[in-house]
Formats: sequence, C-alpha cells, structure tokens
Amino acid sequence: MTFIVNILSLGIPFSVALLIASLGEMFNQRSGIFNLGCEGMMAMGAFLGMLVPYTIGQGADVPGIYNYLGLLLASGVGALLGLFFGLVVVTFRAPQGIAGIGMQMFGVGTAGTLFRHFIGGTQSVPGINTAPIPGLSKIPILGTLFFNHNPMVYVAFLFVPIAWYILFKTPWGLRVRAVGTHPRAADSIGIQVNKVRFQALAVGGALAGLAGAYLSLCQVKMFSDEIIAGRGFIAVALVYFGHWHPVKIMAGALLFALAQALQLAIQGLGIDFPYEFLVMLPYALVIVVLAFSRKSQKTGPSALGKPFNREIRT
Amino acid sequence: MELTTKAIDSLRIEHITKRFPGVLACDDISLDIGKGEVLALVGENGAGKTTLMNVLMGLYHPDEGRILINGEEVNFRSPNDAFAYGIGMVHQQYMLVPNMTVLENIALGFKQAWKPWKLDLNMVRDRIDAVARQYGLAVDPDAFIWQLSVGEQQRVELVKTLCLGARFLILDEPTSALTPQETDDLIALLKRMSGELSIIFISHKLQEVKDLSSKVAILRHGRVVFQGNTIDHSSSDIAALMTGHEVVLPHNDAPACTMGPMLQLRNLKVRSDRGFLALDDLSLYICKGEIVGLAGVSGNGQRELAEAINGLRKVESGQILFDGKDIANCSPVQVIQAGMGYIPEERNTEGIVPSFSMKENFILKDTDSEKYSSHSFLKNKVVDVEAEQLRQQFDIRSPNIEVAAGSLSGGNIQKVILAREISRSPKFLIAVYPTRGLDMGAAEFIHKQLLQKRNEGVGILLISEELEEITNLSDQVAVIFKGKIQKVLPSSEASRRRLGILMAGVKDDEEI
Ligand SMILES: Nc1ncnc2c1ncn2[C@@H]1O[C@H](COP(=O)(O)OP(=O)(O)OP(=O)(O)O)[C@@H](O)[C@H]1O
Ligand SMILES: [Mg+2]
Repeated sequence: MTFIVNILSLGIPFSVALLIASLGEMFNQRSGIFNLGCEGMMAMGAFLGMLVPYTIGQGADVPGIYNYLGLLLASGVGALLGLFFGLVVVTFRAPQGIAGIGMQMFGVGTAGTLFRHFIGGTQSVPGINTAPIPGLSKIPILGTLFFNHNPMVYVAFLFVPIAWYILFKTPWGLRVRAVGTHPRAADSIGIQVNKVRFQALAVGGALAGLAGAYLSLCQVKMFSDEIIAGRGFIAVALVYFGHWHPVKIMAGALLFALAQALQLAIQGLGIDFPYEFLVMLPYALVIVVLAFSRKSQKTGPSALGKPFNREIRT
Repeated sequence: MELTTKAIDSLRIEHITKRFPGVLACDDISLDIGKGEVLALVGENGAGKTTLMNVLMGLYHPDEGRILINGEEVNFRSPNDAFAYGIGMVHQQYMLVPNMTVLENIALGFKQAWKPWKLDLNMVRDRIDAVARQYGLAVDPDAFIWQLSVGEQQRVELVKTLCLGARFLILDEPTSALTPQETDDLIALLKRMSGELSIIFISHKLQEVKDLSSKVAILRHGRVVFQGNTIDHSSSDIAALMTGHEVVLPHNDAPACTMGPMLQLRNLKVRSDRGFLALDDLSLYICKGEIVGLAGVSGNGQRELAEAINGLRKVESGQILFDGKDIANCSPVQVIQAGMGYIPEERNTEGIVPSFSMKENFILKDTDSEKYSSHSFLKNKVVDVEAEQLRQQFDIRSPNIEVAAGSLSGGNIQKVILAREISRSPKFLIAVYPTRGLDMGAAEFIHKQLLQKRNEGVGILLISEELEEITNLSDQVAVIFKGKIQKVLPSSEASRRRLGILMAGVKDDEEI
C-alpha cells in the first residue's frame, strides 16, 4: 500500500512539466502549427527561471518572490521564442518540422552556453517548496497524494479546466480551432489566420517556458544541460496521444509520469535487473499507447503543419 | 462588425484585372449591379468568375481597377471590409469547418457574440432562428458539419451569410451539388429574396439563369464578352454566346449491348460511415458496352456503392464479379489493375493530389506502367507529351502542364480527373456526377466521350442526379432507394415522372 502511495505521490509532481508543456503545444497544434522546438523553449525557461533567484535573489529580503519572478521571466521569454518561431514558420512559411528541430537546438544550446557563462558549474537553488494545504493535507493517504505538493502542481492542474474553457468556450478558442482545421474558411469569414497563429504560438511558448522553469525551480532545483531530458518531445507526443483535448492530455501526462515513478521505485527495490530497461519503460509505453490508440480524423486540426497563403489554391 | 444599415444602391466594378503566375484570370472587367437586381455571371470553366468574386470580397487584391459602391470608391483588404458593406458570399467550395457545429461555424463570423471571455452561443442561436424563420431556411444548429449532406451544408452556408447581415449576396455555383428538388427550392427562395437583396449568381445551368436573373453577363478568358437583359435572350442563345457554338447534348441511340456481363453485383451489403446498412442486398448487372444510369436522390447509397466497388469500403457480404472475378474487398490497387476506372464524387480529396502538378495527376494510377516508367525511372518526355495532348484534347484551361492541380478552377479540376480516367482505357468506368461543375461545352464533350467509350465496349455505371444526363446517355436506368435497386428499366421507358415516383421509394410504379 505505501509502495503504491509513494509512486502516486511521486508521479503527480513528475507529470507537471509535461502537462504544462503539452497544454502549450496543444494550443500550437490546434492553430495548425507543429512546434517540435518545445524542448528548446523549455531549456531556455529552465535556465532563465533559476537565473533570477540565483543572481539577484540571493541574500534578498524576501527570496521567495524571486522564484516567481523567475517563472515570469521564463514564460515571457518563452512567449517571445514562440513569436520568433511564428516569424519563421508563419510569416516565412518555413517547413515546420525542420524549423522546430532548429528551435530545439537553438534553445538547448543557448541555455547551456549562458549557463556556463553566468553560473559556471552545478549550483542548486532553494527553489519553491512544497505547500501543504492546511487541513486537507492531514487527511490520510488522500492528503499525501493530492494536497501536499508544490504550489505549481496545483496551478498546473488548474490549467487543465482553464485550457478547456479557453479552447471550447471563448471566441479566441473558436478562432484557434478554425484556423487549425480549415484556415481558408476562417479567412473567408474575416479571421486573420496568421494573427491567430502568432497568438497561439505566444501562448504555447509561454507555457513551454513555464514548464522548463518548473523543472529547475520546483522539481530538480538546479540547472544542467540534460535537465529537460526529452520531455519537450514527449509533450509533443502527448498532444497526439490526447487527441488535442486537455483532459486526455492530462491523462497521458499522468500515465507517463507514473510509469517513470514506478521505474524509479522498482530500481529502489534493488532487484537484480538491468536498470536501463526500466528507464526505457515510460518511453516504450508512450510509443505502444500511441500506436494502438484510436486515430480520429474528426477532431484533429487537419491543417496541421501547412502554412496558409490566401492566393495559393490547393 | 456592425450590421449595416446603409443599403447598396449600386455597385460598380471598373476595369478589374487580376493575374496569377502565367494566367490572366480577369482581364479588364467592368460590370454594374443595381439595387434589387439579380446578375447572372456565366462562362466557361476557368473564365475567371470565382476570381472576380474573390476580388469583390476583398480576398484577392486586383492588380488594376477599382470597385465603387454608391458612387464611392472602396478598397477591401479583407472579407471583413466587404461584410461591413453587407456583401456576403457563398463560395464554390464550401467554407465550413468540418469538426465544428453549425452554431460554431456561424459564431466564427458573428462578432457581436464575441464577449471577451465567453462566446455567447445563445445570441448566435437566436440569430439563426430569426433568419430561419424569416426565409424559411431550417438548419440544425447543433449538428456537426461532417454529419451533413452537401445540400444541408449549402443551406448552412446561406444561413451563415444571411446571419452575418448580408444584403448583397454572391452565390458561386450554389446549385452544382444540389438535388433537383433542392435546386428548385433554392431558386424559389432566391426569387423571393431578390425583392430585398441584390444577388450575383454564378451557374452553368442556363435554366436557372433564365428563371432567376434579370441581367446576364458572359465571361470568356477573363473578359466580359456579352452583357444584356435576361428576358431578351433564350437559353440556347446564351449557350451559343458562351461556348461560341451551338450546344447539342448527344443521345445514346445505338442498339443495346449483346456482349455479355462485365460487372455483376450480387447481394451486396455495405455499411455507411455512421454504421447503418447503406447497401442492403443490392444486386445489379452491367454488360460490356452498356451504360447503366443509377438514378436516385443522393444519400441512398450511391457513394457507398462506388466506394465498395473500388475497394475503398468494406463489403460485409455479397459478391462483386468483375469480368468473372470476385473483387469484393480487394485493395484499390488490385481493383485498378483489374481495369476499373473511377471518377469520384469529391474531386479535391479523392480525385487529385492538389499540390501535385497537373501532369503528375494524369499519371497517378500508372506510375509503374511500362508506358511511363522504365527501371524505376519516370520517362519524363513521354509523360510531358501525353499530358500536353490530354490538356489540349480535354481543353483544360491552364498556363501549362506543370501548374499545381489545386490551382485550377473547379471545372478544370474535374476535367483533369476525367481526362485521366477516360484516357487510361479502362474496361469499366464508374462515373459519379461526372459533369458536376462543368460548363455546357465541356459537359457536351464529356457526354460524347462516354458514349464513344461505350461503343468501344466499355461498361459504364453512371451515377448522377440529373435525370436528363441519365436518360440521354443510358441504355438502362436503375433506380436506387435506401440501398436497394427499386427497378431497372430501359431508358426508353424511363420518363421523368416515372423515375421521380421510383426515386421517392414507391415500389410498384405500374399501378399509379
Ligand atoms: N489562386 C490561384 N493561383 C493560380 N491560378 C489561379 C488561382 N485562382 C484561379 N486561377 C486561375 O485563374 C483562372 C480563372 O479561375 P476561376 O476559378 O476564376 O474560374 P471560374 O470561372 O470560376 O471557373 P469554374 O467554372 O470552373 O469554377 C483559371 O485559369 C485558374 O487556373
Ligand atoms: Mg469557379
């Protein structure tokens, strides 16, 4: 029993970076842009997030506030990177897959270089600590599972209904879905396709940056070159896995994170088994589930990856 | 966007010119439309009708020329500007987002309902109700677009345009995919509306032009070649002016076939996308050198029948004997290699690869054949020569054979498919709405081609909603209703009235 509770309470915070990043990627893809550069944006977010408390935050009166400034900076720069990506793929209509790989390398490389320049070696930060919810966290089992987490964990799970509401209940969400599925129809009814795509990219970038900063400020509490460890790519996969729907994406993020927690726990048991296979487990799981999940053409953004040009009829 | 109160008393198009790479789509076009007038815009495929209307909507920027409304020059940079003047357009290819509901599709343009943090769908619903009541246009606001038939989508487009406050309507071939009944309803509705609205109406069906319009303008090669009042000219006059020669649709009056069966469908059962039996125990025989016309209201299993034969849809039970061999549940490649030709209904998604060039689309089905390839390399010279020949033979209007097929006009895309399927010398041809969207001259040419194929011994299953097309071309007419063949009768006995009764599902037509 405690074994299971341990895995669950470990898995939930593990899922957060994936959840935030894939919700951002969901907005990108819903608007028709395939952003493979998520990983790079997360790396920048992770570095910038910890840079603020590490530099100006040290020895300040209220060090806590600099953590949140770090999160803010990470999202802001993420949004800018999203807009920059938009310039490349929306305005100049570069192939999105290639541009995404470029963004990934740019982000990871720049973050690493800046890290060595400004910080140098491995340095940990105090980061943001767990904030047990008074009262609720005392409930046996449930308290440990759901109410004894980092504040950003609660925020991330709040993002799920918010993203759902924005996507399906607001005019902006309606526009995002329209330009991602049938941009020509959206254009013919007076919607500025490229503008909406830029907006979605800014939102997606901000969330990717935030996800990265979550890793460096809340989960690992330090920065290293491998801090993102492919989570950006997993986030892209999770969007497909979740059929572009926030709730299903959350389910995917949880599944992946729980598998990761499980493999860590098994390693901890000290069974004589090559641990490399265990490390593989969550990734293999995503591939298997993706391969077997129902492909639905009816919900997805069918213009995904295609630049829009009013005068080119295809 | 505000609902406009200012009426359009006159709209003038002056010297509009629009070029695309290698094409002069509109060449110095001037037209004017007054209040309450219905202008019919007719002309061959690729004449520039759609392009001109897109310029009027602010979707394309004219290279030269200007547009005047009530005497003042306007400069539309996007459809929003056109909407602000109350101009609305129903496009040739429907502009609806398939995975959204009717309500959402209309909300997309209905900016009054865009509250910052909430989409006021109830407001949109009320607006749809009001329009539906005013014009007698019923739509189900909660249906998804992909669930709707073409006719229903067309109605949604019209409701959408009216909901956005259009009082100057542009309709680009609104009837080309409608059933005869739906067409009559639409024309009657437009007639009623023409009292309060101005309309520009594009169509290849001159009967509709005669019924509806007060003025007619004919476009050819991007130029206005004729303008006049509709009542002064008969439809054959207009047809002659349009094509440059008198149009005579050919008849099938050769003796019936004696060459034995080619395609035999036995007790076919096939499911539709929504899971019910779209073909229920359907049987049909078609001989070599015979045209069988399949008449019926669309949605009675025509689509599923064509797809099942071509290996695109699972056959639950039954046989499809093609030249004696059962091809039920074969792959599309096997069906093609067995000698089947197919002109599909959805030209853009099933008939061509829009981003491929025209010549590549011609050889899509034959990339492995000896004719076009040797040792895994394409014989580009042969391909070019053949493609150029087809382009000329089928009179496909395009600057060259290298242009992307998707950039062609609607009717010319249809010609690309027809050229490919007819020239591949199939043993059998399934032609689904083969002349949809074609101008009269092109339709005449295609009819002649189909008859010639028949005389060469090719069996043809002709699926169409135009009874005239069916009775003109067929040896026999089969009537389909709810996935079953109601009756097969020789074309000489297939009167309009009798077919109408059979198509409505009345079984024993003799007694009426
Ligand atoms: N976006 C585009 N890019 C390149 N060429 C184009 C484009 N749009 C139209 N054309 C070309 O301009 C010409 C006019 O096309 P248009 O669609 O206006 O014809 P149409 O009169 O509407 O024909 P149809 O009756 O077949 O619909 C055609 O030769 C077409 O190939
Ligand atoms: Mg057209």
